[in-house]
Amino acid sequence: MKEIILIKNGELALKGLNRSSFESVLVKNIRRRFRYLGRVEIKCMQSTMTIEPMSEDFDMQEAIDILKRVFGIAAFQRAAAVEKDMDIILKTAPEYLREQLELAETFKVEAKRSDKKFPLTSPEISRAVGEAVLKKFHHLKVDVHNPDLTVTVEIRDRNAFIRGNQIKGAGGMPVGTGGKACLLISGGIDSPVAAWMMSKRGVVLDAVHFASPPYTSPQSEQKVHDLLRQVSKYSGDIALYTVGFTKIQELIRDNCEEEYFTLVMRRFMMRIANKIAEKSDCSALVTGESLGQVASQTMPALACTDSVSDIPVLRPLVAMDKEEIIGVSRKIGTFDISIRPFEDCCTVFTPRHPRTNPKKEQLDEAERSLDIEALVNEAVENVKFELIR
Amino acid sequence: MQVYLDNSATTKPCEAAVKSALAVMNEEYGNPSSLHMKGFNASVLLENSRRTIAESLSCEPSCVYFTPCGTVSNNTAIFGAVNLMKRRGNKIVTTAFEHPSVARCMDKLSQEGFEVVRLSPDLNGEISPDKFEKEIDGNTILVSLMAVNNEIGSILPFDKIKAIIKRKKSPALLHVDAVQGYMKINIKPEKCGIDLLSVSAHKVHALKGCGALYIDRAVRIKPYILGGGQEGNICSGTQAMPNIAAFSAAVSELGGIGQRLEKIKELNGYTRRELLKIPGVSINSPESALAYILNISLKGIPSQVSVNYFSQNGVFVSAGSACSKGHRSDTLTSMGLPVERIDSAVRISFSCQNTKEETDFFLKLVNTAFSELSKK
Repeated sequence: MKEIILIKNGELALKGLNRSSFESVLVKNIRRRFRYLGRVEIKCMQSTMTIEPMSEDFDMQEAIDILKRVFGIAAFQRAAAVEKDMDIILKTAPEYLREQLELAETFKVEAKRSDKKFPLTSPEISRAVGEAVLKKFHHLKVDVHNPDLTVTVEIRDRNAFIRGNQIKGAGGMPVGTGGKACLLISGGIDSPVAAWMMSKRGVVLDAVHFASPPYTSPQSEQKVHDLLRQVSKYSGDIALYTVGFTKIQELIRDNCEEEYFTLVMRRFMMRIANKIAEKSDCSALVTGESLGQVASQTMPALACTDSVSDIPVLRPLVAMDKEEIIGVSRKIGTFDISIRPFEDCCTVFTPRHPRTNPKKEQLDEAERSLDIEALVNEAVENVKFELIR
Repeated sequence: MQVYLDNSATTKPCEAAVKSALAVMNEEYGNPSSLHMKGFNASVLLENSRRTIAESLSCEPSCVYFTPCGTVSNNTAIFGAVNLMKRRGNKIVTTAFEHPSVARCMDKLSQEGFEVVRLSPDLNGEISPDKFEKEIDGNTILVSLMAVNNEIGSILPFDKIKAIIKRKKSPALLHVDAVQGYMKINIKPEKCGIDLLSVSAHKVHALKGCGALYIDRAVRIKPYILGGGQEGNICSGTQAMPNIAAFSAAVSELGGIGQRLEKIKELNGYTRRELLKIPGVSINSPESALAYILNISLKGIPSQVSVNYFSQNGVFVSAGSACSKGHRSDTLTSMGLPVERIDSAVRISFSCQNTKEETDFFLKLVNTAFSELSKK
């Protein structure tokens, strides 16, 4: 018996002429994630893909855990590939699915026969396999309408496949089919969730982090690393650009009106991120902003920060509640990292009473005494690059 | 230049400690419970180390039990004592600024229904014996206090409590967390009537992973860690021999308390005088505090920021206590200091390895911190 993985790629199947190129991106992504597991053969047939391990020591469980985090997969399952011989099928089915059968109370057998030369018809196969299962597992009952476990036997050209219930995939689109964008990450709860949501739609991510030592600590940079490493389990490798932000923040503190501190700072972040995005071929920025969460995230405030960006600013969390965001962050494993208690640059020099209804002209006025272009260029020149994988 | 001024968090192991740990790992690596020669040699080493620690506390070696750390010493002492005494009463007297390894035990006991009274320090971080006198009564089964507070260095009247307990005809046992005071002030448990006393090795230039618990001969506490019965069944588990050997070596190397304290007093006095010349600095440690610890506040600079700033420049100090990262100091809060002072507090802690040049370097950075970090 050989074990393989069958993948249903869901939404991809609906994409007309681009389908094959999308599929090849998914195949490439799976290969890259499996790089430490050993060699596999991946084949595409209509809306299904098969992964066949080519090495002896291939870790199936690890492969399953990885696949749960690969975007572009609707559902998948392990299957036993056996010879098209009824005796072998009857012997293998109860053994191969033992764990799932022991946990189920009811089951049914579904047979599919694409090879019409096979001597038994589909209902005959179902009946025979059902009997074989019942003989081994006395606690089971047959329920054809709402079974706990569906045992599927599929007779194909070369092999017969035996499989149990499906495992839900991560959904979405394969990373690399949705363009490339640049994430602004602070270290809080929101930005990693925004990153996860964008990469679910197939976007490749670069990240920009602003560090203001000594106002921010080395621990808060480490936190960003750890967050991105967690996100990269879904998104694949992430290029991280760390920008030294101390000088700009001190100049803002010393030269601008207090109520505009945060917004002037955010506009600087946008300008710097724009330059980095341009250099690294990103066609949008991504932030974890959510409407009305804090003073700099009101609609007028977002308009003021957007006005200095030449490329679209995508905000996947814009209409989500904090509770919903926290729910996702727990699911993807970033919450516990996000709540480590280290200051990030967003909370350095926060005004006592920030403006919630600013106008673009007021901000232009507030920043007038600063040499914006020189400061932005200096920050971009001194950026630190690392690849998070 | 690198200046380490965080010696209350941990200290740099001295050469003698490192050497003896290495020797144990390379040569006498036996298990002290084994019957063969390697085991016997280890057990001799273990008992010699026990004798050294006992000498430093002026007590019998049989009263010293090695543990994995100060936290295990405190937990063993507190739960052991309460378990032993719970039929005799229901009240526990402690202080409001204990180390978490005592405070969290007290939280648990309070949840279990014991009446836990936590005495608050005054603005100097001190608690007078009178306060203990008011609370200790016939129903009190345990009094637990630290010898020296870990954040501001105030010295508590641990040597006056036993007399109060006797006067009040209380059955209470007396536990002293001496982790910050050990080898810095004279603590003689037998003479002071202390029943249980915790110390830790890495605060006295030995290694992490080793502590000790003194238990008075008349007190028979029950262990809460069960196993092979090592350390008189008080703390089962194979003894960490390299750490224990290093502990003993470091304590021998440190020698007398007085001479070192004089040197530290000089360093502390100098630093205090110079700091007070800098506008914006306020000193939170009382004059009477142990000279090893100096807690200050830098007006307008949050603790984490000044710690980062000093660290960037090669000076290592602590924001409050290293054990309570990111959480407002219980000690300073219980003293009733204003919030701005608590949030800008920095703890400097000296060791005999520090020099005047090093403190000068630190003082210079305090000055530049104000000019660089606060608003122009």
